[in-house]
Amino acid sequence: MSDWIEIGRLDDIPQRGARCVNTPIGRIAVFRTATDDVYAIEDRCPHRGGPLSQGIVHGAEVTCPLHNWVFSLETGLAQGADEGAVRTFALKRDGSRIFMDATMMMAIAAE
Amino acid sequence: MTEKLVVVGAGMASGRMLEHLFEADPGAFDVTLFGAEPRGNYNRIMLSPVLAGEKTYEEIVTHDAGWYAANNVDCRFGGTVTRIDRKAKLIVSGDRETPYDKLVVATGSAPFIIPVAGRDLPGVMAFRDLDDVNAMVAAAGKPNARAVVIGGGLLGLEAAAALRSRGMEVVVLHLMGHLMERQLDPAAGYLLQKELEGRGIKIHCKAQTKAVLGDSHAEAVLLEDGTIYPADIVVMAVGIRPETRIAVDAGLYVERGIVVNDQMVSSDPDILAIGECVEHENICYGLVAPLYDMAKVAARTLVKQDAAFRPVETATQLKVTGVSLYSAGDFADGDDREEIVLRDASAGIYKRLVLKENRILGAVLYGETADGSWFFDMLKKGTDVAEMRDTLIFGQAYQGGGQLDPMAAVAALPDDAEICGCNGVCKGKIVGTITEKGLTTLDAVRAHTKASNSCGTCTGLVEQLMRLTLGDTYNPAAVQPMCGCTDLGHDDVRRLIKAKGLKTIPAVMQELEWKTSCGCAKCRPALNYYLVADWPDEYADDYQSRFVNERVHANIQKDGTYSVVPRMWGGVTSSKELRAIADVVDKFNIPTVKVTGGQRIDMLGIQKEDLPAVWADLGKAGFVSGHAYAKGLRTVKTCVGSDWCRFGTQDSTGLGIRIEKFMWGSWTPAKVKMAVSGCPRNCAEATCKDVGVICVDSGFEIHFAGAAGLDIKGTEVLGLVRSEDEALEHIVALVQMYREQGRYLERIYKWAKRVGIEEIRRQIMEDADKRKAYFDRFVFSQKFAQVDPWSERVSGKDKHEFKPMAELGFPQAAE
Repeated sequence: MSDWIEIGRLDDIPQRGARCVNTPIGRIAVFRTATDDVYAIEDRCPHRGGPLSQGIVHGAEVTCPLHNWVFSLETGLAQGADEGAVRTFALKRDGSRIFMDATMMMAIAAE
Repeated sequence: MTEKLVVVGAGMASGRMLEHLFEADPGAFDVTLFGAEPRGNYNRIMLSPVLAGEKTYEEIVTHDAGWYAANNVDCRFGGTVTRIDRKAKLIVSGDRETPYDKLVVATGSAPFIIPVAGRDLPGVMAFRDLDDVNAMVAAAGKPNARAVVIGGGLLGLEAAAALRSRGMEVVVLHLMGHLMERQLDPAAGYLLQKELEGRGIKIHCKAQTKAVLGDSHAEAVLLEDGTIYPADIVVMAVGIRPETRIAVDAGLYVERGIVVNDQMVSSDPDILAIGECVEHENICYGLVAPLYDMAKVAARTLVKQDAAFRPVETATQLKVTGVSLYSAGDFADGDDREEIVLRDASAGIYKRLVLKENRILGAVLYGETADGSWFFDMLKKGTDVAEMRDTLIFGQAYQGGGQLDPMAAVAALPDDAEICGCNGVCKGKIVGTITEKGLTTLDAVRAHTKASNSCGTCTGLVEQLMRLTLGDTYNPAAVQPMCGCTDLGHDDVRRLIKAKGLKTIPAVMQELEWKTSCGCAKCRPALNYYLVADWPDEYADDYQSRFVNERVHANIQKDGTYSVVPRMWGGVTSSKELRAIADVVDKFNIPTVKVTGGQRIDMLGIQKEDLPAVWADLGKAGFVSGHAYAKGLRTVKTCVGSDWCRFGTQDSTGLGIRIEKFMWGSWTPAKVKMAVSGCPRNCAEATCKDVGVICVDSGFEIHFAGAAGLDIKGTEVLGLVRSEDEALEHIVALVQMYREQGRYLERIYKWAKRVGIEEIRRQIMEDADKRKAYFDRFVFSQKFAQVDPWSERVSGKDKHEFKPMAELGFPQAAE
């Protein structure tokens, strides 16, 4: 079951950029690619805790601003030789409105 | 008795349906056909060529009076159908009633007119039917006529190109960041824009139309940003909406369009609907292929044969003569997706395929679209392309062979393209000399042409030209590519940006044949710097291609907080400034305050959200950004010099402040730290800086290329000058030379080693003209660079950077 919460609009996020959503389980980074796809991942690099929302976005990937680890926005997996992953959160769009599935957030909070 | 079929709408879908119907069972129905236009069916898709004057209306008529007569169709063209009476099963047009057994609604779509003031003025029109075309042709006939086309999609661009070809001044206003964003990715959008601009069409993207201005006729279009474009006609081509009025009035089930099932039957079993007015499985279609499918299905349903409409993938082609563009499917980025990109800058070709699990999901082709239908065919069939993956992008003809020429970009340069900027040597001269003199080595080419003989940044290009001229017999030293997105090295990219006049990141990526669509975290910041340095007045800085520190104008720390360093000119401060810093530290609970190696005060551990407020308070005390985060001028350290020191020979503090005030804000390949010492005792440690000055009795000794980081290296002496003015001019010229030649992230000492100390000395100390030219270019660039980024952000720039998008609590359970 999904529980969709509206978090904002596409125009709130710069193309090839990100914005943050503050939640009870911590900060979630919401990305917008050059082709206007949106993705949400936890805003914390598993390497040294870098804020991924601050990285450079290329394709459907982001490079961490602290030590240049690259993550897939879609799977959350570290790319290249690095090993690690961040949590991803489902988003859906209705026109320019963006919604996030809160069920995962609840599940994490319950852990 | 023969059943009565009434068709409302005489467009392409109903025309095709009637053809199928008469083919399947010519005598099944008595057909009455209503059409709003005073004419029968014509090929609406070909209106663009009619507008351009390449075809006549007669050539695009699909069903003429003879055809309707031969098939006994009772035509009622030019009248409006007012309503459907479902109970009595008849339709009303004016005062006339026409009974039906079966009704087909094919009312098509209406152009969307954006709700701005002045939209009803004469001269504002859509681009939908022959009457619109005739109105536009009439307007274009007047001398010096001007058109503004609102909408940079398929239809708008076709209209713009056609009007331009008729001699009108044409401006296209487009709301989004690049043209045809629904069909094209940014790279192809760039090529298209370039092509259209080359034809003299002005393109204005991100344009929000505010109003159409004019008293009794449209005279101009006003944008939200205040721009005004004069216009004799305003063409609105921002989109279409299904025309469903009579269906809604009749109580049929209508969402965005008239909802139909797979058999094209609406919520009333005797009423079918086809074409652009229809919604099937939540999709409304606007392209012709699915509409023809609907027509076929509707015809079969009418004669009680089985048929079902299925959603289809659609492909798009732009009908502008001389522009080849094809797009199909879904071409968004995605992690489980792979892309294959082919760029051929010389031929203006861009091709991109998006694959998922070895199947084509989407295709964008620009410049060469011959393989579009081949790709589209495989896309629709879900063909496994694993076997031909390596050569897939080259198209059908290349299956089994074909290798790209890595030197295509250089080969395509015109003979007058300048290769060596230092000595002004163009391609034709180099190639000609190699052939004439039978040169085979780089040194020989340097000796004869002087190309690559000074700073050496064009060496890679000269070598490629040698390879091109001499063939495989010449094997140049391998160039380290900038990153995985290109085979070109930094120097080649820098030279080509200048030689080809490339002024945006998409332009560089296209013309230099980048292998990715959007670059990576290595090449994007480098390209952004090169463009800022080379085109200071024209290039719009791309913040999303800057590293976070330069984007938010503070230094990110390991815990994600930031540090802030205000500028203290020459390292000099005052009680007022110190008090302001102390107040900021208290107000924002800044955990650490520290003096830096560059004689500044650093406040560490500031939350990102607090940055604008911190800057606002610092700004009130007169502080500007210290650029402690920048690949740019950081600090000029000084000693107290002749003001206080008993050994001081010159006013080293004053000179340091002067240099810093002159040079702050400039972007450089890597950080630049300077120092001015008032005597050879060198208390400001000027001899390990990027640029240093040692004051002596006879003047100012300028040093450069020192290092005190990963490497430790004393400076080299550039030379001795007499006056402060001369010192400033020499230092500025030196830094500008480095700005123009350095590779991104290459410090001055590494650049100097590569270029040669002697060469730098020759250009800066001995060649007064060259020095002056460097100086002037730096001064020009500073006009655009010396803006305090902190006060800009205090005033609201990039607000989004510093605020979360949303704050979420736990959702409440539904009652």
